[in-house]
Amino acid sequence: MKQLFGRPQGLTDVLQRYCPGCGHGIVHRIIGDLLVKLDIRERAVGIAPVGCSVFADEYFNCDMIQPPHGRGPAVSTGIKRARPDCFVFSYQGDGDLAAIGTAEIVHAAARNENITIIFINNAIFGMTGGQLAPTTLPGMRSTTSVQGRDIKTQGYPIKVCELLAGLDGPHYLVRTAVNAPKNIIATEKALKTAFVNQLENKGFSMVEILSMCPTNWGLTPIQSKKWIDDTMIKYYPLGEYRNRAKEER
Amino acid sequence: MPERKLMYGNHAIVEGVIAAGCRFFAGYPITPQNEIPEFMSIRMNEIGGVFIQTESEIAAINMLFGAAAAGKRAMTSSSSPGISLMQEGISYIAGADIPVLVVNVIRGGPGLGNIAPAQSDYYQGTKGGGHGDYFTITLAPNSVQELYEFPKLAFELAEKYRNPALILADGLLGQMMEPVEFTQAPVDPDTLREPPYALSGCKGRERRVVRSYDLKPGKLEEMNWQRLKKYQKIQETEQRFEATACDDAELVIIAYGTCARVCDAAVRIARAKGQKIGLLRPITLWPFPNKIMSEMSKRIKNFLVVEMNMGQMIDDVKLATECRSKIHFHGRPGGGVPTPPEIYEKIKTIMGGA
Amino acid sequence: MTMEIIISGFGGQGVVSSGIILAHAGLTEDKNVTFFPSYGAEMRGGTANCSVVISTDPVASPIVASPDVVVIMNEPSLTRFEPIVKPGGILFYNKTLIKSVPKRTDITVIPIEANAIAEELGQGRIANMVMLGALIKKTGILKVDTLKMAQRERFTKAGEDQLSLNDRALDRGYDQV
Repeated sequence: MKQLFGRPQGLTDVLQRYCPGCGHGIVHRIIGDLLVKLDIRERAVGIAPVGCSVFADEYFNCDMIQPPHGRGPAVSTGIKRARPDCFVFSYQGDGDLAAIGTAEIVHAAARNENITIIFINNAIFGMTGGQLAPTTLPGMRSTTSVQGRDIKTQGYPIKVCELLAGLDGPHYLVRTAVNAPKNIIATEKALKTAFVNQLENKGFSMVEILSMCPTNWGLTPIQSKKWIDDTMIKYYPLGEYRNRAKEER
Repeated sequence: MPERKLMYGNHAIVEGVIAAGCRFFAGYPITPQNEIPEFMSIRMNEIGGVFIQTESEIAAINMLFGAAAAGKRAMTSSSSPGISLMQEGISYIAGADIPVLVVNVIRGGPGLGNIAPAQSDYYQGTKGGGHGDYFTITLAPNSVQELYEFPKLAFELAEKYRNPALILADGLLGQMMEPVEFTQAPVDPDTLREPPYALSGCKGRERRVVRSYDLKPGKLEEMNWQRLKKYQKIQETEQRFEATACDDAELVIIAYGTCARVCDAAVRIARAKGQKIGLLRPITLWPFPNKIMSEMSKRIKNFLVVEMNMGQMIDDVKLATECRSKIHFHGRPGGGVPTPPEIYEKIKTIMGGA
Repeated sequence: MTMEIIISGFGGQGVVSSGIILAHAGLTEDKNVTFFPSYGAEMRGGTANCSVVISTDPVASPIVASPDVVVIMNEPSLTRFEPIVKPGGILFYNKTLIKSVPKRTDITVIPIEANAIAEELGQGRIANMVMLGALIKKTGILKVDTLKMAQRERFTKAGEDQLSLNDRALDRGYDQV
């Protein structure tokens, strides 16, 4: 029998501990694929954040480092400047990147640091049990906003692509989602562009990916996919927010 | 005689770091160590090294984590408030067993404090500093010459034990000028071997992971016990000190860094008047030189601890001397710097009443 | 032999430069030296001072509590440093700018018309060189030629005109005592 589909060599052969319906597995799979397709697995160094995807250091089949919460862009900068030949990617969640690590992501983008950021936006703190994230939508319930996010006391969400697009530095900023095949294909394309940008020394690329968290949203996996379409994408529109390659043409 | 050049302490650190083969610096401006990043930016540019002025000390220490995990010698410098911000990163680096060099040119604290010389970060520098069970290898230079020489020693110790190393200087050492002899044969970074943990891409080998965590039951405990063995070995083999005029001394002063210089002058005053005073200068603050102190305490009845703080080293001296001797203290917190006559007055008080 | 010196004045009077030139000259004559300036906010606030130790022995403390020699460039510095000069020490002061008269009788007080002489040479800001010239003559601690060399090491960007003017200021100061 001919095998048409299998685990890419860019992922280790271990069981991933993500919840049913979680989007991390889809994104991991795309990255694992790209590490092989672009022939960069053997010179890649990945950064696993603090949060659900802390275990990414066990899942990606390449050199990995696990730094303090939110400091992925700074650690990436250190590795990339020390070893410019390495392919360096930082995988981060929304608490990691948009709350505690805000300074690091803004300044890495401003420096147009030649690194690739994969930013998983699921509008919630996953690992710690569903608390309010900087990306939690107005009115959305979390364990620290049980009546729904009150913009009067808890402020507004941070739209990271739009925020970073206010800087001259970054080369490539794009928002995609992994809730439907069409969006997954767009995510794969965006990640490939972000990876190739680094290989071509273009500078800072970030792919923000809207992703499901059925466990903490209190929805079924299928409801979660629909919620992204119906609610989340309306607040976080998909598309490119910066693409210097197109501007240069 | 090798060439002697008049240099600022802060500039001497830069030359020492470069002579040690370090080609990676990341840091954030803060007085009284600004001459380090300023001069480093020029020197790294000249020799093709990496210089990054960061958005914060937090970013700086994490850039070091990345560069050092990638197998390169990497350093940062700051002063007290900035070092506080780095503690999270230093804890992770210690937990991942990665060698880096951090230089603290201490200023008066707590809080914003002032920019005067101080030694008030002794606890922070010798008891770990951040969260978790760990120590940093901590060196205390007392001259511009040592500021030039210690970076290489610090890197070698850090790499030998896979542990962060700290140089504790102070505003006076950083801002003063003294002649430096360029005694170090420059290390060519290309000749340094790639360490076994280095993240460099897994071509032709198993993939490597640098991390400070392990959630498997019992695993982190085991990792900590392993690290304790390392610390015990460091304590056993790496205690460094300088003893001056201690052989016949009736009172021995214990002081490091700038205070050791001031006390050296006070000892000379006392000796000139026939008083038998010695000076014991810890060079490693961690590991603390407790063997020599234990030995001395069998004979010396009085020790005088002198520090530019409220007495942070007293506990270590008491433990080292096993409470056999009387421990006196003279301190100047908040940026105060003692003078030789001031120390001599204290000596007279002790000797008169001893 | 150990000589502890404090130089003090307004920012811009060349106090720090004077200290570095002295230390540099000391090193050139194979002596042990330390130089420690007031730094940071204190300096930007307007007053500057520095301590220089020149010795045939290794220098213990760079901190000077009671100097053998003080060089006083302005009024506030006189108030601050006259009381701490070691008995038997020497106090040089810039008589052009300082109207008060030092009161200590247990030290040697040497007034120098530093700014007047400097202006005569065409440049007020080289008053510090005049003071240095007087200092080395009176103390005999260093040779004037070594200082001339040291000021050239310090002012690497200055033209020959400026450097020789500095030399003349050193000579004029030297001849004052």
